[in-house]
Amino acid sequence: MIPGPFTYHRPASVEEAIGLMTSLGEESRPLAGGQSLIPMMKLRMAAPEHLIDLAGVAGLKRIDAGPDEIRIGAAVTQAQLIGSALLSERLPILSETALQIADPQVRTLGTIGGNLANGDPGNDMPAVMQCLGAIYVLAGPAGERQVAARDYYLGPYFTALEQGELLVAVRIPAPAAGHGHAYEKLKRKIGDYATAAAAVVLTATDGRIATASIALTNVAPTPIVAEEAARLVIGTSLDAATVKAASAAAKAIADPAADGRGTADYRREMAGVMVARALVKAFGRVKGA
Amino acid sequence: MSETQTLPITLTVNANKVQRFVEPRTLLVHFLREELGLTGTHIGCDTSHCGACTVEIDGQSIKSCTTFAVQANGAAINTVESLAHADGTLHALQEGFRQMHGLQCGFCTPGMLMRAKVLLTENPDPSEAEIRYGISGNLCRCTGYQNIVKAIQFAAAQLNGRTFQEAAE
Repeated sequence: MIPGPFTYHRPASVEEAIGLMTSLGEESRPLAGGQSLIPMMKLRMAAPEHLIDLAGVAGLKRIDAGPDEIRIGAAVTQAQLIGSALLSERLPILSETALQIADPQVRTLGTIGGNLANGDPGNDMPAVMQCLGAIYVLAGPAGERQVAARDYYLGPYFTALEQGELLVAVRIPAPAAGHGHAYEKLKRKIGDYATAAAAVVLTATDGRIATASIALTNVAPTPIVAEEAARLVIGTSLDAATVKAASAAAKAIADPAADGRGTADYRREMAGVMVARALVKAFGRVKGA
Repeated sequence: MSETQTLPITLTVNANKVQRFVEPRTLLVHFLREELGLTGTHIGCDTSHCGACTVEIDGQSIKSCTTFAVQANGAAINTVESLAHADGTLHALQEGFRQMHGLQCGFCTPGMLMRAKVLLTENPDPSEAEIRYGISGNLCRCTGYQNIVKAIQFAAAQLNGRTFQEAAE
């Protein structure tokens, strides 16, 4: 399968990339790792006339950590996330998630920016970013603007990103030291999208959950935050009844489609199971419990 | 679009410097096979699932069916043709696949070998589970994975100066 013809551009800066996307208009697409876009082009489901390769753009592969925030450049690959000692220590949910995305070869090229930007509801990182309260930095002709991960996804492949804008980085508020985390993903095989998946980050004091955040992957047209489920676990020591109640609250907001991974009912049920497993795993990892 | 764009690319393939003009839409696997005649790299599923097209690029594994040749401009690529030693003796992985019967039809083998090469560079003494996870992006549809895993264990042992004691299934 050979993609349709296109003109290749290789800008050296974000400004140059945005200038190209603005002047070339809707027939242009940015190319990062290409692990989602190239398969679509080979199937001729995407046929951009211009590809703007971001590989030469300076500064997009950086991971910058401050005391309160970790900023990850859009072109950081999944393999880099897995290999980062800094992230393993301060944001271990990222490598746990990245290891459940695709396979080693795809993770060599696939980027966090691509996973976050394109709006595929099957992608894993968007729910993790919603769980973490992350903010996306979108660069455009008029400069940068910031959009919360929780406000970015509007529908399948439909996001707050405007034509001519580029997601250049994600800003993640640093979770408290000693927090518990988990990303639990049910999939049929390596490389598959989630039948259902859940991201959990929580903190505890004196054996009780102090803060909790939960988000779900691929059980609705967009990633979704399970606010009620998180509210139910706060203040508890995560007894069985609480896990069951939180699981039920997550199922209540899941709205999956039937597909090759199962019926809508099955996938909704699995969303509950993933929430239960992720809660138990995260609580088992938290310091202070 | 008026006329077809062609771009100059320069890369190192199996330690040889290569300069060519390519259409931007040329996939790396087609460039290797058709432009350079290196047909050891196979096209299997052509959808980035099966891993038959796996090559090494700057020390990492990628699927060459899901990469444009222009993206590899400036990179160093190794294909299965680079694996055997200059005197014709086999690489430890090739020897492992031979001795442990790690192949039947052989179609997935170039991808398996090149993926295993990088795996053993990153993790020179992997557990069986780490090998299975490490080759999870490579599908075999006839040999089965038992002997492929043993072949990689054989190679890891040999590269670490040990002898692999188990027999092929």
